Amino acid sequence: MSDPDVPPSALSGDVTLPAVLRDVEPVRSVRTPIRLEYSVTAGSAAEAYLRAYAEKRIVGHRSPVDGAVFIPPRGVDPRYGQETAEEVELAHTGHVGSFCVTHLPIPGRSDLVPPYVSAWIHLDGSAIGFLGLVAGCANEDVRIGMRVRAVWKPDGELGPTSESILHWEPTGEPDVPFERAGNRAWRAGGPDGRDGRQERGDA
Amino acid sequence: MRDVAVVATAQHQVAALTGTTEVQLMVPLLNAVRDAIGLTQADIGFTCSGSSDFLAGQAFSFVHTLDAVGSVPPICESHVEMDGAFALYEAWVKIQTGAADTALVYGYGKSSPGSLRDVLALQLDPYYVAPLWPTADAVAALQARLLLESGVSGAGELAEIAVRSMRHAVGSPHAVRSSADVTVADVLAEAPVADPLRPSDIAAEADGGCAVVLAAGDLARGLCERPAWIRGIDHRIDAHGLGVRDLTRSPSAAAAAVGAGAGDDRLDFAELHGLYTSQEAILVRELDLDDDLLVNPSGGALAGNTTMAAGLMRIAEAAARISAGEGDRALAHATSGPCLQQNLVCVLEGE
Amino acid sequence: MSGERIAVLGVGQTKYRSTRGDVSIAGLVREAAYRALEDAQLGWGDIDAVVIGKAPDFFEGVMMPELYLADALGCVGKPMLRVHTAGSVGGSTALVAASLVQARIHRRVLTLGFEKQSESNATWALSLPQPFSVSANAGAGGYFSPIIRQYMARSGAPDLIGCMVAFKDRQNALLNPYAHLHQHDLTFEKVVESPMLWDPIRYSETCPSSDGACAMVLGDEVAGDAATGPVAWVHGTAMRSEANNFPGRDEVNPLASRDCAADVFRQAGITDPRTQVDVVEVYVPFSWYEPMWLESLGFAEPDNGWRMVEDGSTSLDGGDLPVNASGGVLSSNPIGASGMIRFAEAAMQVRGMAGEHQVDGARTALGHAYGGGAQYFAMWVVGSEKP
Repeated sequence: MSDPDVPPSALSGDVTLPAVLRDVEPVRSVRTPIRLEYSVTAGSAAEAYLRAYAEKRIVGHRSPVDGAVFIPPRGVDPRYGQETAEEVELAHTGHVGSFCVTHLPIPGRSDLVPPYVSAWIHLDGSAIGFLGLVAGCANEDVRIGMRVRAVWKPDGELGPTSESILHWEPTGEPDVPFERAGNRAWRAGGPDGRDGRQERGDA
Repeated sequence: MRDVAVVATAQHQVAALTGTTEVQLMVPLLNAVRDAIGLTQADIGFTCSGSSDFLAGQAFSFVHTLDAVGSVPPICESHVEMDGAFALYEAWVKIQTGAADTALVYGYGKSSPGSLRDVLALQLDPYYVAPLWPTADAVAALQARLLLESGVSGAGELAEIAVRSMRHAVGSPHAVRSSADVTVADVLAEAPVADPLRPSDIAAEADGGCAVVLAAGDLARGLCERPAWIRGIDHRIDAHGLGVRDLTRSPSAAAAAVGAGAGDDRLDFAELHGLYTSQEAILVRELDLDDDLLVNPSGGALAGNTTMAAGLMRIAEAAARISAGEGDRALAHATSGPCLQQNLVCVLEGE
Repeated sequence: MSGERIAVLGVGQTKYRSTRGDVSIAGLVREAAYRALEDAQLGWGDIDAVVIGKAPDFFEGVMMPELYLADALGCVGKPMLRVHTAGSVGGSTALVAASLVQARIHRRVLTLGFEKQSESNATWALSLPQPFSVSANAGAGGYFSPIIRQYMARSGAPDLIGCMVAFKDRQNALLNPYAHLHQHDLTFEKVVESPMLWDPIRYSETCPSSDGACAMVLGDEVAGDAATGPVAWVHGTAMRSEANNFPGRDEVNPLASRDCAADVFRQAGITDPRTQVDVVEVYVPFSWYEPMWLESLGFAEPDNGWRMVEDGSTSLDGGDLPVNASGGVLSSNPIGASGMIRFAEAAMQVRGMAGEHQVDGARTALGHAYGGGAQYFAMWVVGSEKP
C-alpha cells in the first residue's frame, strides 16, 4: 500500500507560480452561502391527512390490494405501486413498535430537550408505523409494545399539521407482546396478511 | 451485442403539478407502461431511474419515489442523479451483460417548487463560478451570443427554430407551449429575457415524468408489434469550464452521434434535447443532421422541458413514433450540464 | 456471471479525515484516481470511461458534480456516469462500472466514490425532514437505533456486543494508514463509557463524518492477464432494493439483503459462506450492524450473529472470518465512498495488498454496502483466481 501522506507521484511536483503571484497570499478556502427556496406540495393524499389533524382526526389510506392501512398516506401502496385512495379514520391509540432514547438535539427543534424518546408508533388499525415522540413517563420506562395514546395540542392550537399531536403518552394498558409488536403484528396476522390488523394487546 | 428495443412508453408533462407529489405522478405512468405489454414488476429484470435531489429540494428524494414502483418482493434496481436518458443507458448495459432481459426505466422532475434557473447555477464550478450565481438562462445566453457573433447562426434562424417547435407541438398531448400561427416576426419582437435569448428561445419549463420499458430480442418481438430497436447508443462529456471550450461547438454530441452510428443510414426524424434555440442550432450541426430533416416533431424540449426527464422523453417520443409506423429510423438526443457539456445519442429503428 | 471476466487492476484511496482542507473537491478525487492508476500501472489515456458515485449533492452544495469533475478525472471526450443510491452508492457505482466491462462495452473503466462532507453540513443534510412530517430524528443513528433495539430484544444478545464490534474495528483501523480514526488510546472500557447518542448506540459505536475518495480501475480479462501486479477477479455482483416502510417488513433482516446475498453467492458458486469466504468487508456504520449483517448474509444463524463477535470469529487476530479488517465504516465514513471502500478492501485482500491489515491467505472476499432505510444493497464477491 502506498503511503497516504505522500501524494501520488503525478501530484507531488511543486507548482510553479508566475512571478506576479509569488508574494501573494494564497486563498485557502472560500465561504459561499447557498440559499434556495422551494414550495413543496403535500399532494392530495397527504393533504387530506394534514387537514384532518386540524379537526383532531387521524386519517390513513387503505390499500385496494389487501386492506392494509397506511399512515401517513402517500397515495400509494409501496409493495405493489398501486394507488391508494380510500380514507380510513384511525384510533388515537396504538403501541410502540420500537424506539430509541435520543441524546442529540434536532436541528430546528429547540423545543425538544434531550434526552427524549423517538419511537415508531403503530396505531390500532394501521399496518405500518410512523416516527413520533414519546413523553409522559420516564425515558427508562418506555419499552417495545408499550400502549400509547396521542396527546394533542389544545383545541385552539390545532392546525393542518402532524405537529397538532405533541407526543404520545402511555395509556397504562398491558403491553403488546414483543412477537406482536411493530411490523411483527402484520406477519403474525396470517399468511396473506388479511387478518393482520392489530388488536389491542390482549389477543 | 444483444438487440434491445423500446417496447412501451408513457409520459406526463404539464406546466406545473400543484396537487401531486412525484410519487403520485409516477404511479400511473409505471403501471401504464407495464400494463401496455402485460408485464408485472416481478417480470422486470432491472429497474433504473434518473432524478435530482437539488431539483426536488430534498436529500435522498429518489428514495420516496421507489414507493411508486412496487418493490415487494425486492427488485434489482439502481438510480443515477442524471436525466432518465442516462438511466436508460445503464439499463441497456445491464441487458447487454445478460443479467436481465427486460428493464423498466423512468425519469421525472418537478421544477415548479423551486427556481430552476437558480438551482442549475449550482452545477457550475463551486469555487469560481457558482458563487456568482449566474442563472441557467444567462449561461445559455453566453453561448447564444457567441453563436450569433460567430456568424454561424443568425437571429432569424433561431427564431425559426422557436416557431417550428411551437407549430410541431400543436396537438402533442405532452407539449406545454404550442402555437399554430406564431411567426418569426412575433418571436423577434419579444423582449429578451437574457439577451440575446427571448422567452420563445428558452424551453418552456414543465413538471412531469416518463417511463419506458426495454426488452431484448425475441422477447421484445413478443411484447410489442413494432419494437423500436436501439441500433446504437453512446454518450460523451466535454470539459466543464465555460472558458475552456468553444461554446459554439459540442464535440461530445458529435462523438456520441458517431459512436451511436447515427450517420450509418438515413434518418427520418430527430428528437433533440436542446433547451434553447441556440442549442438546437448547434446540435443540428454537431449531429450532422441534414438541413431538411424533420427535427422535433413533438416540439422537442423547447415545447416542454421536464428537468431530469426531457432527455428520456426524446427517446420515448422517437420510439413511440417508430412503433406507430410514423418513421423507420430516428435519432434521439439527451443533454446534461451547461451549454451542451454532456450528450447522449440513441439511434432507434423499426424492423 | 455471463459476459466478460472483470479484473480489479488497481485501487486508490485518499487519507480519510474529517476535513481535507488542503484540496478542492477536484483535488480530492484526483488523488484517489491517480493512486488507482499508479497501482494499475496505467495512465489516463488507458481509461475508456468513468463512473463516479456519491451520496446527496447537499453534502457539498454542488449539483451533479460529475459535470464539474469531468476535467479533473480525465474524462473529456469520454463517457461519464454518476450513480446515486444513497449509502450503498459506492458499491452500486462499482457494479455499474463492472457491467460496462462485463458487457464488453469498455475495456478499462475508472470508478470512484467520494464525499467531501466538510464542504457542507452532513448532519443537516441527513436530518432534513420530509416535508409535512414531524421532525423526530436527529441524524442517521436515530433511524437505525430503534432497529438495533429490536435485534437486541429478539436475539437476546448481551448488551456490550456493539461495543466489542466498535473496539475491534477501531483497533483494526490502527493497522490501516488510510483510516480516519486512529485512536491509539482507545480501550474497551472507554467505548462502553462513551456518551449515549441514540440509546442503545454510543458515541464510540458511531461512524465518523469523513472527507475522502476511493477509486478502482476495472479491466477485462486481457487487461487482467497483462497486469504485472496481482489482480482481483470478480466472481459475482448483485444489487437489490425494497421499500423502507410496508406492512410486515422485517427491517432488522430485510428480505432485499437476503435476496442480494443469495444472488451474489450463487453467482460465485458459494454454498457455505462461513467456510468458503475468507474475509468480509461489510457496511457497518453503527456497531450492531456487524452481527445483524452476518446473520442476513448467511454467515450466522438467525439471532446468533452476535456469538461470532463474542467468540472472536470476526477478529483480525485469530478469527476464522475477519470482518472489516480495514476498520470499516466505523473508522472512516466519506458516505459516497464508503461502499466502494468495502469493495476495494475486499479486492485488496485477495490481491494480498492490504498491508498490515492483510488477512493471511485470503483468496475469496465479500464486499458489501447498504443504504437508505436499510433498503438498498450492493454486493460483490472477488477472488484471487479467475471465476
